Amino acid sequence: MAPAATILASEEHGETVLRAQGEWLVVCAAELDRSLHSLKLPQGRHVTVDLSGVDRLDSAGAWLLLRTEHELAARGNEVELSNLQPRFAPLLEQVRSRGVTEPLPHPVPPHHTLVGFLERLGRITIILLNRLYDILGFTGLVTVTIAKLVKRPRRLRLIATLVQMEVVGLDAMPIVGLLSFLIGVVMAYQGADQLRRFGAEIYTVNLLGISILRELGVLLSAIIIAGRSGSAFTAQIGTMQVNEEIDALRTLGLDPIEVLVLPRLFGLGLTLPLLVFFADFMGLLGGGLMSWVALDINIPNFLTQLQSAVTLTTLWVGVVKAPFFAAIIALVGCYEGLNVTRSAESVGRLTTQSVVESIFFVIVTDAAFSIIFSLVKI
Amino acid sequence: MADAADTDNDCVIRIRNLVNAFGSQVIHDGVDLDVRRGEVIGIVGGSGTGKSVMLRTVVGLNQPRSGGIEVLGRDVLHMTEDERHELETHWGVLFQDGALFSSLTVAQNIEVPLKEDLHLSERLMAEIAACKIGMVGLPADAADKFPSQLSGGMRKRAGLARALALDPEILFLDEPTAGLDPIGAAAFDQLIKDLQSSLGLTVFLVTHDLDSLFAICDRVAVLVDKKIRVATLEEHLRDNHPWVHDYFHGPRGRAAQTAAH
Repeated sequence: MAPAATILASEEHGETVLRAQGEWLVVCAAELDRSLHSLKLPQGRHVTVDLSGVDRLDSAGAWLLLRTEHELAARGNEVELSNLQPRFAPLLEQVRSRGVTEPLPHPVPPHHTLVGFLERLGRITIILLNRLYDILGFTGLVTVTIAKLVKRPRRLRLIATLVQMEVVGLDAMPIVGLLSFLIGVVMAYQGADQLRRFGAEIYTVNLLGISILRELGVLLSAIIIAGRSGSAFTAQIGTMQVNEEIDALRTLGLDPIEVLVLPRLFGLGLTLPLLVFFADFMGLLGGGLMSWVALDINIPNFLTQLQSAVTLTTLWVGVVKAPFFAAIIALVGCYEGLNVTRSAESVGRLTTQSVVESIFFVIVTDAAFSIIFSLVKI
Repeated sequence: MADAADTDNDCVIRIRNLVNAFGSQVIHDGVDLDVRRGEVIGIVGGSGTGKSVMLRTVVGLNQPRSGGIEVLGRDVLHMTEDERHELETHWGVLFQDGALFSSLTVAQNIEVPLKEDLHLSERLMAEIAACKIGMVGLPADAADKFPSQLSGGMRKRAGLARALALDPEILFLDEPTAGLDPIGAAAFDQLIKDLQSSLGLTVFLVTHDLDSLFAICDRVAVLVDKKIRVATLEEHLRDNHPWVHDYFHGPRGRAAQTAAH
């Protein structure tokens, strides 16, 4: 049963008659809209719209009728709606009194022109610079709060900090360990494959030791933690922001930075170096086992070679970066969380943004460290 | 659609022996309810008596433990995907805080149900959306705003506009006036009453608001003792059940009665 609605125009007694018939419902609106648009509307005449054939009417149908009436009137016609079934009168009145509004034109941004492209590029650049400035400001705010805490150390939330250490540190050990182990395996295999051509398989151990201790252990841990905990920080604090919990904290005289940000910052700052050490160990373990299997370098040989390749400084060069990376991840994660507006959609958007930004800043900082270390010749 | 109306049954929602329970906690224990075409029925009850659960069960968001529910003569609990999809175009639901899609503008929210199956042109969809926005009393420039830019009352009106997008026969409202100021709440009541009479809607209204009950409901269903007591307001006012008596004769109940008379 496909409902049908029609409108037909005819000339009777020197006036134009439009006959509307059938079911003027939203399901027929597309078809009606087309026939109304193809209708040739007269000008400066008396037009009767005969509605006696309208069996059913809903507000979409009523809108189409009134739109037609409006268009006819705009062409200088005298319009009369006649023979409407009385039961539809209130609906037509409702739509006429409140619902007859032309949709406003949507503001269309000029996306597809060169100027539009440059404009967007400029806008985005300014947004990014502003955000960098804001994150620096936030870092300052957190530093001031830490300074206040030094005066009154009892206000440090010890239990919250310990909980964060467990959640972001201890609970991340399996995934960080497993991935580092696998990266060690891959590195050993690829390194051995290339170095064998020169008969220098034994230097696989040097490759493993230096790359894992200096770079891979700490970068891998930081990236996993940014994805795992940085996003969680934003989502947790953002959801609290949506529920007005942050405002509630403020009205209770509690500083959200002190209650929410510092435990996360300290928790991550203390555990990320430990995680990096663990990742280094697991990476070397994976590399060592792979060397044994693929290169016949047994464990004592591996360790001897490793000892000649790396020093304690190599380990420290990696681990010393961890607190900086931890601070970046925690600050960006919390900053974006506090930036959430009162909509659920912004939680998702800012969580993504927080992960991307913290990984970006981690890698930029790592590059900066490389330059500094090469300048001081470590 | 028309056929359902033409048959002799004038009952758009028929609930029989409905049992809802979460774990061992029984919420509804054998509830019967008939909602007649064109009436406004108010569902009231204390907190936790399952008013919203009742609404969610009827629209199929909650699977009851047992019982039968018919909407427009069709069995809601045993239907195919297609039948359900077809039935869903005959009702509109307004959730407590509007439940607007936060990534879409108000106009786009209203266009969501219109985009399904109807093949309307962009222009006509925008026109219908603007028409609904006007009908629920929102200013025309609300169309391009996002839900987060609207006040609570405006979000509810926008939610109502979306619920009305397909001109449904039944309108389910979950606490429509909660969180509105008295003027906004009274205006919303009046709006529902106007739309109900002009569009010929059947309204299933879950509410806490006694003023709404007295202002717009034809009958009231009180959820109490895991059962339901359906009657007109006058009859409820004479009811001797302690909770029902306290509810309608408490200070707020009396104030609402005086306001209504």
